[in-house]
Amino acid sequence: MKIWLIQHVRVLLFTLRRLFATPLSSLLNILVIGIALSLPMGLYVLLQNVQGLAEQVAGTPQISVFLSLDSDKEDVTRIGKQLKQHEAVGRVEFVPRDRALEQLKQTTGLADVIGGLTQNPLPDAYVVHPNKAGAQALEALRDELQKWPELEHVQLDSAWAHKLEALLKFGRMAVLILAVLLSFALAAVTFNTIRLQILTQRDEIEVSKLIGATNAFIRRPFLYFGLLQGLLGGAAAWAIITVSLHLLNGSLASLAQLYASSFMLHPPSASDSLTLLLFSAYLGWLGAWLSVAQHLWQIEPR
Amino acid sequence: MIRFNQVYKRYPGGYEALKNVSFEIAAGEMVFLTGHSGAGKSTLLNLIAAIERPNSGSVVVNGQNIAKLRSGALPYLRRNLGLIFQDHKLLFDRSVFDNVVLPLQICGFDHRESAKRVRAALDKVGLLQREKTNPIALSGGEQQRVCIARAIVNRPSILLADEPTGNLDADYANDIMGIFKSFHQVGVTLLIASHDEGILQKFGGRLLVLKHGELQS
Repeated sequence: MKIWLIQHVRVLLFTLRRLFATPLSSLLNILVIGIALSLPMGLYVLLQNVQGLAEQVAGTPQISVFLSLDSDKEDVTRIGKQLKQHEAVGRVEFVPRDRALEQLKQTTGLADVIGGLTQNPLPDAYVVHPNKAGAQALEALRDELQKWPELEHVQLDSAWAHKLEALLKFGRMAVLILAVLLSFALAAVTFNTIRLQILTQRDEIEVSKLIGATNAFIRRPFLYFGLLQGLLGGAAAWAIITVSLHLLNGSLASLAQLYASSFMLHPPSASDSLTLLLFSAYLGWLGAWLSVAQHLWQIEPR
Repeated sequence: MIRFNQVYKRYPGGYEALKNVSFEIAAGEMVFLTGHSGAGKSTLLNLIAAIERPNSGSVVVNGQNIAKLRSGALPYLRRNLGLIFQDHKLLFDRSVFDNVVLPLQICGFDHRESAKRVRAALDKVGLLQREKTNPIALSGGEQQRVCIARAIVNRPSILLADEPTGNLDADYANDIMGIFKSFHQVGVTLLIASHDEGILQKFGGRLLVLKHGELQS
């Protein structure tokens, strides 16, 4: 156990030394890995942010309930009461037909056209704010309200949320494809680095085998190297994303101000960051392992 | 300690390097292996170190039959052997000390114990003052001695030497044979392949003579 620990610590130190022995090429390798990983990870973080924004906006979905044109004052108050008593309904807002027409005049600029109307074509309406936000709950409430005989039309304002959701799904798929492809590239980078190292250390490997080194012993420094390079590459990707988000937030702040919003891009969460690091370290290890498995057996002492 | 029983070694193409070779070396013996170049000396040594495997027959080292050994067990067999090569096989990217310490690192010795053993081995071959030198700066005889130090640092029970004095002049060769003699005196089993007549006459012990792959009696 102690011997095992000593050997591993020794290999770790040795690997660090090897990494710093060729600082430029190590740096370039780490940058390549970092940039390759920062693309899918950066997109993922942006998607997360957009999703967060969508949840904020779509977090207050509403159902518009239109009464039939011939319903009188009593009907209107009765339905208002019924709506308020419904358990799935949080808040109800009454929009009288006169006010609706007034609003239409003001917001659409169709004052002339509307002024020419002999009677108000708009019905009385309620805007219902449900107390549960899930798409399913909303749809269930809409379906139920539709069955009420006094209600002419029930409209759920969540279609755009569905569209956004579909778009996000598309984006996530794109990120996934990109991530898979670039993971291969990353493993390939490590594969090649390790291949070159094995070739330049041919003599050492041969002599080590002759004096009793096990394959595990010979493999170890290469695996550590791959692992370490992957880990540092992941850290580089994290740094690239964090700095980029910071820069983007700077220009986003003025844009958001114009829209009277305080929207900001959030950096990747702690668990996402950790996943990134572990994944890139694993990929580095995998590339190294493949390379070692491929090339080490070719070096047998003669 | 080492036993060959009807060993044949053929190379691809049909060339027979060893034909029906049988012999036994007891623990603590010092044996010379001689014969012209191409007679099969290196092949015989390679079979003992399991660098090559026999086509038929058995090679038993330390009670283990090389022909049937799993490749995973090879490293542990080799840790009991000290190998001394004609071309030294030293690593020129590190100091003499780091070359000699390699077998101890492989076995996982701790730092202080390793350093002690390396210095003891270098002292035995008379190179204690050169531990920080890069072996490329050493003469052929000194490089051979570094190779010997590396072979003995792990205190193996068997030493195999392939033409240890091959490229050396007589003085160096005598030095190195003197070193071998001292190992013999402390009970190490030695098998030394050499075609150097002078050496054989001077230090003569038991002699195995190979001719065209066959052992002469």
